[in-house]
Amino acid sequence: MIRKSIFSVPGVAAVAVLASFYSALPAFAQAAAPAPTAPTFNSGDTAWMMTSMALVLMMTIPGLALFYAGMVRKKNMLATVMQSFAITCVVTVLWYAIGYSIAFTNDNPASPGVFLGSFAHFLLSGIGPNSINPLAGTIPEYVFSAFQMTFAIITPALICGAFAERMKFSALLIFMTLWLLLVYSPIAHWVWGGGFLGSWGVLDFAGGTVVHINAGVAGLVCALVLGKRRGFGTKNMAPYNLVYSVIGASLLWVGWFGFNAGSAGAANGLAGVAMMNTQVATAAAGLSWMFAEWLVVKKPSVLGIISGAVAGLVAVTPASGFVSPTGAFVIGIVAGVLCYYAAAHLKKLLGYDDSLDAFGVHGVGGIIGALLTGVFADPTINGKAGAMFGNAGQVLIQVEGIAVTIIWTAVLSWLILMVTKALVGLRPSEQEEEEGLDISQHGESVAE
Amino acid sequence: MKLVAAVIKPSRLEEVRQALNALDVHGMTVTEVKGYGRQKGHAEIYRGTEYAVHFLPKLKLEIAVEDTLADAVGTAIRESAQTGRIGDGKIFVFDLEHVTRIRTGETGAAAL
Repeated sequence: MIRKSIFSVPGVAAVAVLASFYSALPAFAQAAAPAPTAPTFNSGDTAWMMTSMALVLMMTIPGLALFYAGMVRKKNMLATVMQSFAITCVVTVLWYAIGYSIAFTNDNPASPGVFLGSFAHFLLSGIGPNSINPLAGTIPEYVFSAFQMTFAIITPALICGAFAERMKFSALLIFMTLWLLLVYSPIAHWVWGGGFLGSWGVLDFAGGTVVHINAGVAGLVCALVLGKRRGFGTKNMAPYNLVYSVIGASLLWVGWFGFNAGSAGAANGLAGVAMMNTQVATAAAGLSWMFAEWLVVKKPSVLGIISGAVAGLVAVTPASGFVSPTGAFVIGIVAGVLCYYAAAHLKKLLGYDDSLDAFGVHGVGGIIGALLTGVFADPTINGKAGAMFGNAGQVLIQVEGIAVTIIWTAVLSWLILMVTKALVGLRPSEQEEEEGLDISQHGESVAE
Repeated sequence: MKLVAAVIKPSRLEEVRQALNALDVHGMTVTEVKGYGRQKGHAEIYRGTEYAVHFLPKLKLEIAVEDTLADAVGTAIRESAQTGRIGDGKIFVFDLEHVTRIRTGETGAAAL
């Protein structure tokens, strides 16, 4: 009755183009293949980094997908998990195509690109089973690239919390594609890939600046540009099923050991410190958010303790390989209380609709973590001293890193939103939003 | 014949079923419903945002009985569904004109 042929003539033509593209590849790859050298990989490091890659991928799907989906209304649950899943697919392709090359490789290791890496590794060309990236010298470059890919996946996915329940899917795909190439990849290069923020001495062990401040601020810009959900402040927008959010937050917590301990780049003592710090800070922040909320609104909520735990994970991220467990404990306590304040009060005070608190948790938590890394960095852990250990200047360096990141991501995110708006528009129609994004964007719904 | 319709707290269903069973009343229709009376709703708070929930989940029971049983059924429901706290629900009794058992075609009291 509604059956139509989906195999059109243009579809056949597209397959033919793809086939010719693929047949051209081997020659290209062979021409650029590295001279065979005896691998000097450490099997323990390699095994741990492959495991970490899988753990961090699990943070986005299903972790973040469920964490966010549980907090939206039923009519938007599928659209919300779709955002994380589709971003996983899109970013994987972009990262393989060019993202990794511009973020993490240099044409000339003697004078690395200050602002951007090399374009030479388009489609991962020039990389083979024996290749090594000097940034992670004991593991295959494929593993390093795949590990970093999972960070590139989760960062844009985090932004979705800010505009949940009100962005067109086509707009999301365009925005995320441009954002990955113009915002994430450059900032990753500046901090980790040999760029200028790293050489200024900004401390960011696992991505407080690159991932969380970056995503949180981009989220705030999205919330401001898109405007509030229709009915915000008058309609009941209570979460449909927080059990999904608890499962999601728990997967995030477990996956975060790949994120933080994996950022040691090896299976070593530093990875062990990061693992312990991550666990302690997360628990401390879960408790501090819960108790703060208990004091203010008289009930210790489930959403409160899991939000606090995520805030703790965010805040300890930049610090995890620089501070002692006691430093991590204090960071967790501070992050839980301040992120609760940001999500529950600051947001109302300023009047924006950051639906799932991407800014309140990731932006604010990331800034707290980046600053406190400059305070609690302990030279006995990783050779870097913070203000508590006589190096007050580190706090200033952290502030510079935070400021550069905020400015770049805010300005570029706004520009990308404007381009996206001009191309396809940002929001669904009033009727589509009322009906829910599941039906209006994807033609599906969650059963009763 | 009478149709007894009762709105009760969901947690009291099993007690009510046992009480009716003791009266030899076998058969009822249960519907999940939402509503409010004097209890009004309650407030839920998510990350500092408060939502008023006006409609609370209840169960609606419908039981068709002979006239002679109606009072006893009403009393049994009242006693078994009561917790003494606000929100226990209400019992409505209607005259029932006609009943047919679909399988056999029996009508009236024989169909109950």
